[in-house]
Amino acid sequence: MSLNLTRRDLARLITRIENGERGAQEALNALYPHTGRARVIGITGAPGSGKSTLVSEMARAWRLRSGLDQPQVAIVAVDPSSPFSGGAILGDRIRMRDLYGDSGIFIRSMASRGALGGIAAATADVVSALDAYGFEIVLIETVGAGQLEVDVARIAQTVIVVEAPGAGDEVQAVKAGILEIADVIAVNKADREGVAQTISALQSALDIAPANGHHGARAATELASDDGTGWRPPIVKVSALNREGIVELLAAVDTHRDYLVATGEGERRYQQRIESDIKARLRELLLQTAMRRITQIDYQAVLAAVGQRSLHPAEAALKLLDSLHL
Amino acid sequence: MTTLPEPKPGASEISARPLRILIAKPGLDGHDRGAKVIARALRDAGMEVIYTGLRQTPEMIAEAALQEDVDAVGLSILSGAHNVLLPRIAEALRERGLSDVPIFAGGIIPDEDVPALVQAGIAGVFGPGSPIADIIAFIRARTPARD
Repeated sequence: MSLNLTRRDLARLITRIENGERGAQEALNALYPHTGRARVIGITGAPGSGKSTLVSEMARAWRLRSGLDQPQVAIVAVDPSSPFSGGAILGDRIRMRDLYGDSGIFIRSMASRGALGGIAAATADVVSALDAYGFEIVLIETVGAGQLEVDVARIAQTVIVVEAPGAGDEVQAVKAGILEIADVIAVNKADREGVAQTISALQSALDIAPANGHHGARAATELASDDGTGWRPPIVKVSALNREGIVELLAAVDTHRDYLVATGEGERRYQQRIESDIKARLRELLLQTAMRRITQIDYQAVLAAVGQRSLHPAEAALKLLDSLHL
Repeated sequence: MTTLPEPKPGASEISARPLRILIAKPGLDGHDRGAKVIARALRDAGMEVIYTGLRQTPEMIAEAALQEDVDAVGLSILSGAHNVLLPRIAEALRERGLSDVPIFAGGIIPDEDVPALVQAGIAGVFGPGSPIADIIAFIRARTPARD
């Protein structure tokens, strides 16, 4: 462990980060130079595809590796917050009970708290804290995701998309936006019927994706995965429940890591990641700053004008910006 | 140009700090309906409930409470082993420095067992038919803002 923190200290720090409490940012500033060592792996997929069980088995398999290659593993499991009460039921630990008793594993459940991208707003900072603490592997399990919850690709070096037989027919496989962020595809529940069809649907979805169009679309969203340098997401058959295919899945993740290093793609993605992180934070700060400096009079005036449809919201925003005399 | 404020993670989205509550079922009975009802009710009261599922040992529960940094631990037990298991959970929490985390329990717990459990560190015992509002009030009263 690189820092003089107990596990309890770490747990409490994570709470402060989640809540944006006093002192959390100072702690993150101090931790930041110690980050950048962990391998951060995202696991996403539809509800019921078996993500939690698979994450649990991956952690177990990593811990069973021998010698120097036996990493400390942290798991961040995100579940949705209720839009009505703001509360949440975080149930991912139910499927991770086999990990109990291994002090090299740390599991933290997080509520999405209104964020819509499949992870919480504070997930990136929580991952940083775990990285600084000394976890060599950080697994992020997203909320049950469909086609839009792709934010994990902004944090993870490797994204595993979990599919299950019967969960998505061919049309789903083709349209699912989530496949576009896949670095590795795990077809879970491979003991069930329909695996062959699922795999062939996924294969043709990968075939159809035009290399160039794909590249352009991804560059635009800063979620580049297949950048034309030749990575096609491998499809790995697993059965998390029967502990089959897990070693092969870890091998695929390792191969992707080697690819990122060998091609420079990892470095390129890292640069993109920090840039989009800074921009996102700047956007937030600019909005906060602007809202503090805009006078109530100006604000209420444009609000009324837009309400009466005499002013378009875009013009209203421009007017407010002008009032700041930047 | 004025100076920018300190960045806060997700500052615009987080208004209040939600309470984090661990709900666990120690022991061997396989009935988790009660635990799930409580979990739902606490979620609807705006809390974040970490539900760990069935057949948890005292050590598993205490370790989860530590990692999840919960504000309170709720235990549902129907097996009759409460006099043994609940004090062991309180002890496992103390061993990890979590003696300040309030513990409450529900299930089939006879009245005559309650004083000894309170003595052992179970701050609230809620028998069958306890109004959920009582449990929520208990949690709110026992979890003043830390920090």
